[in-house]
Amino acid sequence: MPYGSGTFIYLDNAATTRAAPEVADTVARVLTSEYGNPSSPHDLGVQAARLVAAARRQVARLIGASENEIVFTSGGTEANNLAIRGAVYRHSRRDVHVVVQKTEHASVLNTCQALEQEGVAVTYLDVDSRGFITPDQVLAALQPQTVLVSIMAVNNETGVIQPVPAIARALAGLPRRPLFHVDAVQAYGKIPLSPGSWGVDLMSISGHKIHGPKGIGALYVRNGMPLAAILHGGDQERGLRPGTENTPGIAGFGVAADLAAQAFPDAAVKMRALLEQLYDRLHSGWPDVRRHTPAGDDAAPHILNVSFPPVPGEVLVHHLAQDGVYVSTTSACHAPSGQPSHVLAAMGISGPELAGAIRISLSRFTTPEEVDAAAEIILKSVDRLAKRYGHRQAKK
Amino acid sequence: MDTLILIRYGEIALKGQNRGTFEDLLVRRLEEALRPVGHARVVRAWGRMYVQGVAPEEVMPAISRVFGVVSYSPVLRSENDLDQITASAVAVARRHQSAGRFKVDARRALKSFPYTSLELNRLVGSAVQDACPGLQVDLERPDFTIYVEVRPEGSFVYSQIMPGPGGLPVGASGHALLLISGGIDSPVAGWLAMKRGIRLAGVHFHSYPYTSPKAQDKVVDLFRVLARWGGPLDLYMGYFTHIQEAIEDVVPERLHITVMRRMMLRLAEAIARQSRALALVTGESIGQVASQTLESMQVIGQATGMNILRPVVAMDKAEITVLARQIGTFDISSRPYEDCCTLFVPRHPATKPRLRDAEEAEARMPVDDLLKEAIARTEKLVIAPD
Repeated sequence: MPYGSGTFIYLDNAATTRAAPEVADTVARVLTSEYGNPSSPHDLGVQAARLVAAARRQVARLIGASENEIVFTSGGTEANNLAIRGAVYRHSRRDVHVVVQKTEHASVLNTCQALEQEGVAVTYLDVDSRGFITPDQVLAALQPQTVLVSIMAVNNETGVIQPVPAIARALAGLPRRPLFHVDAVQAYGKIPLSPGSWGVDLMSISGHKIHGPKGIGALYVRNGMPLAAILHGGDQERGLRPGTENTPGIAGFGVAADLAAQAFPDAAVKMRALLEQLYDRLHSGWPDVRRHTPAGDDAAPHILNVSFPPVPGEVLVHHLAQDGVYVSTTSACHAPSGQPSHVLAAMGISGPELAGAIRISLSRFTTPEEVDAAAEIILKSVDRLAKRYGHRQAKK
Repeated sequence: MDTLILIRYGEIALKGQNRGTFEDLLVRRLEEALRPVGHARVVRAWGRMYVQGVAPEEVMPAISRVFGVVSYSPVLRSENDLDQITASAVAVARRHQSAGRFKVDARRALKSFPYTSLELNRLVGSAVQDACPGLQVDLERPDFTIYVEVRPEGSFVYSQIMPGPGGLPVGASGHALLLISGGIDSPVAGWLAMKRGIRLAGVHFHSYPYTSPKAQDKVVDLFRVLARWGGPLDLYMGYFTHIQEAIEDVVPERLHITVMRRMMLRLAEAIARQSRALALVTGESIGQVASQTLESMQVIGQATGMNILRPVVAMDKAEITVLARQIGTFDISSRPYEDCCTLFVPRHPATKPRLRDAEEAEARMPVDDLLKEAIARTEKLVIAPD
């Protein structure tokens, strides 16, 4: 039985992934045998420090960074907070400006909104109908006091790949260049990332999206780049992230990064092929399917966002779960107080298409058989539900 | 001198021959409420009760949630002896501000005590004044009152009278089943029913996988709050998916809500009869939504032969909301997850449905089979207070 298969089909890998067996073994081993504190002077402590150093190299290698550029955090959210606040807090808050775009993850948008309360000015760039921004938009938004540009690499709901290298190049030509942060949580291990050669200063990554443990992530901080700490304590992680190191998480993250590096790029090619196979099945079985994820290299290989109007996304998700297929939605179905997807809304999508959106996300362990079986189950549910919801609309 | 809590109950003392039964019930409810605190003991005495053996601040929150309690006071008890009574009064006075005005309100229920109530007022008042130089007796506009009661079982001194929730002890009025949706109204209706001594159980209708499992968690959380006033409570998760689908399939859209509510009452009645409930309780309030016009309520109510209690029927949303906040259910009710009531809302529901139309529509559904299946697939949970 291939790893990841079982009594159900898990296609919600953009939310989180199942830990790889080697990762789970490593975490258990560090928890129970190699559990020293890296700050301790004795040999158990030294052993733990070596584990952390090895993991740092493994995590760095996947983005072509050097080990002293990796700061371990509790995950992607903390990495985003550290990047944004760390860049802003180097300045007086009154005359600081930040540029982001509207489909960023909540950990970026809500951090920016909190900074606005502190007096920071923020520009939220619009995306086009496919979900993209352009380097020119970024340049046009810059002000003399702009200290940070933060643009995600891969959108977590649609898989759209923003033109990060092109934005970095555009910024590189400026006389007073703001820092450039990239939220790469969904991109890490899925598309090539090279912050050092691109000219990216800060990059957030996370363990549990690549079959690593939850509760561990990292911020790439370009060599020599000054950043203000947002937590204060000991001198772990060069003082940027004090607190006893999460050694089981860090070691597990290292192993996961290593496995992802070995699998890349073949795994990405395979996922993209499976994703297109899945879409083809859905499209031939239900020609009215709406695709919100661009085809080809404009999107990550593992995320497909679609809707089957008038079927509400949340109702479809529950039906699929009952049949053993796990996908997700970010939009609560026409609940008065529910929040529809801010990402799709920013792309101009509305009505039943917005309420109907579901996100299907693969992992490198997903099999062609799982994709075929999932397509069949999705089509069956859509067929049944569309009659129900379509039926009501026709009857009035 | 020891500290205890004096419990007053008004209404149940009036209930003639049943008085003993009601008092027994109140003692039991108090003991249940106090059990988590430990060594509290409830003692009965002539139209009142005392809670002994614990610090008042530990048990007062629990007592404030026992229906039947009209008010309660932390009191100092002593022998029927003037020196001890004045010592208690000084101790009570010292809990208040060091400067200000007070009066003494003494009652001599034990007529063999050598001082009259008036004499006690004067004697205790001047003793407190002597002991606390900042305090002055002022009978017209006191900042606080020191109450003194001389009774056969001892003398009691206190200054605080805290309101209880009133009503009747849970269990005094039998057993009823609440139809709970997850909205703001039905938990308040359930609470008001409990306040009248009803032992409550609940039924929630879910249409998973059309509705989120989180809608069920929401109802469980609401019941955890209600259970503070007399739990643990039984909660039935009524399976409504196939009934909902059948309604969608064969009932004209304008009658969806009418027939849905009628089917809910039928399923609730079946569960109520199994669990020996004597009435159904709903959160209906006149005019709030289409199903809550008098015409609708008439047609819907005829689906069951059971008595339907509607404790919030004549309350405004604002009044219900105030209660929901006091009870602690408002924030939970405000969570977004949908239940069957909100998921399939038609655009133009009938506000004046006719019974004949509803019955005609239902004749197209296998009502008995649907109910039988729904009963078989309904789960029972037991919800303890949080």
